[in-house]
Amino acid sequence: MKIGVYVCHCGGNISEVVDIKEVMSFAEKQGDVVMVKEHAHVCSDVGRNMVIEDIHAQGLDKVVVAACSPQFHGKTFMATVDKAGLNPYVMEMANIREQCSWPHYSEPRMATEKAKDIVHMAIAKARLDEPLEKKTSPIGKRALVVGAGIAGIQAALDLGDAGFKVYLVEKEASIGGKMVKLARTFPTEDCAACILSPKMADVPSNSNIELITNAEIQEIKGYLGNYDVTVVKKPRYVDLEKCTACNDCTDVCPVVVPNEHDEGLTSRKAIYIPNPIAVPHSYILDDKSCLGLFPLACSKCYDVCEPGAINYDEKPERLNFTVDTIIVATGYDIFDAREKKVYNFGPTENIITALDMERMIVHEAEGSPIRDVGRRIAFIQCVGSRDEQVGNEYCSRICCMYAAKLSQLMKRADPKRDVYVFYTDLRAYGKGFEEYYKRAANTGVKFVRGRVAELYEDPTTKKVTLKAEDTLSRQIIESEFDLVVLSVGMQPSEGTKRISEQLHLIRSPGGFIQEAHPKFRPVDTLSDGVFICGCAQGPKDIPDTVAQASAAAARAIRLMNKGEYEVEPITAIVDEDLCCGCGTCVSVCPYDAIKTEMRADKRVAKVNEILCQGCGSCSAACPSGASQQHWFRTVQLRAMVNAALGEEES
Amino acid sequence: MKDNSDPKIIAFCCNWCSYAGADAAGTARLQVKPFFRVIRTMCSSRIDPELILESFKKGAWGVLVAGCHPGDCHYVNGNYKTQRRIALLKNLLDELGIESKRVRLEWISANEGGKFQKVVNEFIDEISALGPLKLGVHEVAGGHDG
Repeated sequence: MKIGVYVCHCGGNISEVVDIKEVMSFAEKQGDVVMVKEHAHVCSDVGRNMVIEDIHAQGLDKVVVAACSPQFHGKTFMATVDKAGLNPYVMEMANIREQCSWPHYSEPRMATEKAKDIVHMAIAKARLDEPLEKKTSPIGKRALVVGAGIAGIQAALDLGDAGFKVYLVEKEASIGGKMVKLARTFPTEDCAACILSPKMADVPSNSNIELITNAEIQEIKGYLGNYDVTVVKKPRYVDLEKCTACNDCTDVCPVVVPNEHDEGLTSRKAIYIPNPIAVPHSYILDDKSCLGLFPLACSKCYDVCEPGAINYDEKPERLNFTVDTIIVATGYDIFDAREKKVYNFGPTENIITALDMERMIVHEAEGSPIRDVGRRIAFIQCVGSRDEQVGNEYCSRICCMYAAKLSQLMKRADPKRDVYVFYTDLRAYGKGFEEYYKRAANTGVKFVRGRVAELYEDPTTKKVTLKAEDTLSRQIIESEFDLVVLSVGMQPSEGTKRISEQLHLIRSPGGFIQEAHPKFRPVDTLSDGVFICGCAQGPKDIPDTVAQASAAAARAIRLMNKGEYEVEPITAIVDEDLCCGCGTCVSVCPYDAIKTEMRADKRVAKVNEILCQGCGSCSAACPSGASQQHWFRTVQLRAMVNAALGEEES
Repeated sequence: MKDNSDPKIIAFCCNWCSYAGADAAGTARLQVKPFFRVIRTMCSSRIDPELILESFKKGAWGVLVAGCHPGDCHYVNGNYKTQRRIALLKNLLDELGIESKRVRLEWISANEGGKFQKVVNEFIDEISALGPLKLGVHEVAGGHDG
């Protein structure tokens, strides 16, 4: 056996702490090690070519790279040895950066000792590495997209246009998500509905997309290439095929409830169309407020419906289908401003959210204003963002710009208005944002740097008193406004929480779904075959959301397009001579990947290597040692324990 | 870890959460006491209790097993299996005369570098107070090769 060891300086990240020469001379003394080299960056082209040349020239059959974490460059070096003709699984990384030079930089002597142990452990494991056979599994061209806001719509359209079958599941009665509520979009001030509406309309006309609205994902079982999805479609009580959207039902409906599409600022009937550009463009009966259902006390809509589209007896419907990949586009919820108690949102009349303001602007533009906004208007930034008091440390990224938008729309509509924006910092980071902010300031909107401490609405005059400190002029401000708009931030939606539990996705500290790598795998998750986009991953604006949605679709296509994918061969394997057929492994396997079957004279366990995901549970549970996990065999783990504790090779 | 005066800790970390958590501690340059050696497995449920006994037999003062938080397991429910195995092992250790607190189970997620630092430093302090393991006549590690 010929083991080659490479010790990386990582441009000083390692070599400034760890004594490279000492680690090298330690490695040279280890059995089977025939060559030890150092390099400033083993991961560079030069470094990797050096490894490839050495494998050829020296006839190396095992390689140890003492550098960064295997999670950082493991795949890089597996590909390197593969290119040189070695099996990727005879390469071991000794993580002497993330787990040595960095967390122990204050103790270089101890760090060097530890680095030697880590290299020792990697050599001990490499010595017992066996080449693993690459396996492939077939994969189809079916994707599930969860959530049909702008992110899910874009991902579904890209997949559908590329010829992939898409199941697009939306919990609301119409697609469009939050964007459908916006008046205009920054920084171009396009009418949101006007740019969204054609995209929404493209969904039902795309023959590859099966749109399932008013539905929830009940269960997802399986794995990449074979997800078994169960969806429950809630009753709509209106037949989409028959409904002609004539509005007769709404006209006669006697029930009036707050309209969610207008954030409760207007009202709707119990049978209604979710929004003016709804897709599917059909009515829905709200079974929580309808009088006609339980028990039947009213049948006005049923009586008036000419095409006979209304069916009070509709029941929830379970749908079941199989997909190969999943894109999560479950979006965000706006921060519940009632949680920020000092702002008195909720019981007051003239303290509203920015989304309320969006709806008011839409109605005003249509010539039917919901209410008078007054002359003095203040926007308060960072409500529910950058605020550890409410548990949200992150910046929601969109609020500075939507405040710049709403404030200048207010000002331009009536230049006599006094419009103020109270901000923490103004973050105009995107293309055209800084210019847009300047435009708002030039319009006459006054930007004041200072976090608002308190809001108080006078019970009689309904004027709102605002207290803040202008941190630039160091003046305490106490001033009265007719209307105060809270620039509420984003938080993970209920759907995001639910789907991450269903798919076992890891969430970041703010609660949004964590990407596989913050820079290089921004739309992948750590679960192969599951991708994320839009605000499910973190707060972002519409262009970034759309870009991520297309990226997620491309990543899913990359997996599905080849018709097969490579399965990691670190599966379990059973030594039939040792196996006594007890079935303990069968009971611990979470994937039903192991079955017992008769072989010659005895019962033995058999692993389905496609189903096996390589957790190693069975190997730990096996009482006879017959079940082993490739690349993590008991002898290997034991050799690492011995090496860590300074034992010589056993 | 040949010097007998320093504590020797083996830390078994699952690939998805705890190993990434250990990396996160390093990436944030959080300083951790250098007396632990990490062994990566894909899931904490790969940790055969015999490996822990083997660690003690070969001179470890303590063993940390770290996995994903309940509900977050990359392999559906591996961490629950780990929890049960460690509970059983602790009973066995008491009977063998090894202080059961020499084995510690923790849930550390990929973004909890701070928790990794805190857990490891605390554990090292606790184990340092106990000192090296004094094994009696018992032969604690048996088992099989793979």
